[in-house]
Amino acid sequence: MPPHRRPVTEPRWMRVTLCLLALGFLTLFLALPLAAVLGQALARGVEPFAAALVTPDTMAAIRLTLLTAAIAVPLNLVFGLAAAWAIAKFRFPLRGLLVTLIDLPFSVSPVVSGLIYVLMFGLQGWLGPTLAAHGIKIIFAVPGIVLATIFVTLPFVARELIPLMEAQGREEEEAAIVLGAGGWRTFLLVTLPNIKWGLLYGVLLCNARAMGEFGAVSVVSGHIRGMTTTIPLHVEILYNEYDFVGAFAVASLLALLALVTLAAKTFLEWVHRDELAAHTR
Amino acid sequence: MSGARVALWRPWARRREALPGFGLAMGLTLAILCLVVLIPLSAVFAMSAGMGWERFVAVGFEPRVMAAYRLSFGGALLAAAINGLAGLVVAWVLVRYDFPGRRMIDAMVDLPFALPTAVAGIALTTLYAPTGWLGGLLEPWGIKVAYTPVGVVVAMVFIGLPFVVRTVEPVLEELDDELEEAAESLGASRWQTVRMVIVPAILPALTTGMALAFARGVGEYGSVIFIAGNLPGISEIAPLLIVTRLEQYDTAGATAIATVMLVLSFVLLLLINLLQRWRAARHTAD
Repeated sequence: MPPHRRPVTEPRWMRVTLCLLALGFLTLFLALPLAAVLGQALARGVEPFAAALVTPDTMAAIRLTLLTAAIAVPLNLVFGLAAAWAIAKFRFPLRGLLVTLIDLPFSVSPVVSGLIYVLMFGLQGWLGPTLAAHGIKIIFAVPGIVLATIFVTLPFVARELIPLMEAQGREEEEAAIVLGAGGWRTFLLVTLPNIKWGLLYGVLLCNARAMGEFGAVSVVSGHIRGMTTTIPLHVEILYNEYDFVGAFAVASLLALLALVTLAAKTFLEWVHRDELAAHTR
Repeated sequence: MSGARVALWRPWARRREALPGFGLAMGLTLAILCLVVLIPLSAVFAMSAGMGWERFVAVGFEPRVMAAYRLSFGGALLAAAINGLAGLVVAWVLVRYDFPGRRMIDAMVDLPFALPTAVAGIALTTLYAPTGWLGGLLEPWGIKVAYTPVGVVVAMVFIGLPFVVRTVEPVLEELDDELEEAAESLGASRWQTVRMVIVPAILPALTTGMALAFARGVGEYGSVIFIAGNLPGISEIAPLLIVTRLEQYDTAGATAIATVMLVLSFVLLLLINLLQRWRAARHTAD
């Protein structure tokens, strides 16, 4: 949608100046970093770039990241649907507080998000000694990485669905129930089609964060090469070893993921604008 | 029939509730929220409380930690101020003017949300290092960005940019033309209209966006640690110090810093909620 012509506006020189200022700022902070990633990754040509992507450690990092996302994203989907159903379709005391608590992980520093699991499950933590006695390892192992990822991504689906389902009300579901449909049938055939684009939007953002999370995962991972390093952690290891081509080659995978996410998100916003809640608030 | 079954299975269920599933949905929500968020978060406070006040102050407010707080909070404040100004210009241009590629540029504003922080961190470091594209340009003037506190602010500006643009954009879009026309016809200059009509209308959104950018900057880790250089007392941010303490097996030290940061982010969250209420009130008053 192009901006509609305003009857009152600034003189031409002012408009041009502001445009140049904005574009200059965005070039400096958005375009150049992105260009730097691709430029550094391909600094020595395509071959070292491709070689860096197929090392066993990189492949292990990719597998771990996919596994983490494959657990964290569906769990957040279930949580988001349950939370939105309870919060948007019903009225109960302390509803506002619950919404704030669900948003809490967004306002916690990623490092603190990792630390809380170290305090719970680490050797000096609450449950650490008990778990160690049973041979269960959570911190510096895959379960810790998954837990920390679930924590930082928890609000994504819920915060997308709550305003959307609230705006849609509950008349359609009530009609289905009165007509004899069961609860699950109503949910699958009435609610789900109404929220599918909003749901996809939330899942998309959740997935991008799950695959790209660095701080929280870094605290609980222990950085064991090929074992507990996700893609972002692998980037850090390569960078700190001065393997810049390798670091930026692997980083370009994540940059690509970010660009695909942005494109899909923008597409959803243009095509299904009415069915997304993000822009109605 | 199903009504009878409900009555048999859950005699306490309220009859007038037509939609099913509240119990299941609420139970699942609270269970996951408690297990994943609330209980682990409470571990930080419980550990801090177990430390005793004197020890907590000793490890949570020692000079190196104080320097880290100053850098994290001061840097985030400065970055939020820069974002307030730059984000306002960007939002203004994107909403009000038309130029080729406007929609694509608008979509790109979310890049800092989508790009993993570690990638942003190494990209910014490479750009601003003395050998980098921008660092090389700045070096003859004696300006050092990478491995200094300036670099920390640069990373925080990057990470906070979308917050301001995305909160200001919708308000600018909804602003009524007639207000500006009225001001114009009453003899106001363009500058007066902007200052006395437009700025007050977008001020709540702008403040909210800056508060969100500030909150993000204070806790930011991935994009900052590469460019910061991490010199204790100079360019070491508070989240990094938590990691350092953990690596030294100083759990108490890490917990104390985390507690201070958590309390501060809760205060910020409260403030942002109040700001949003101010915004909503302003909206209905108009």
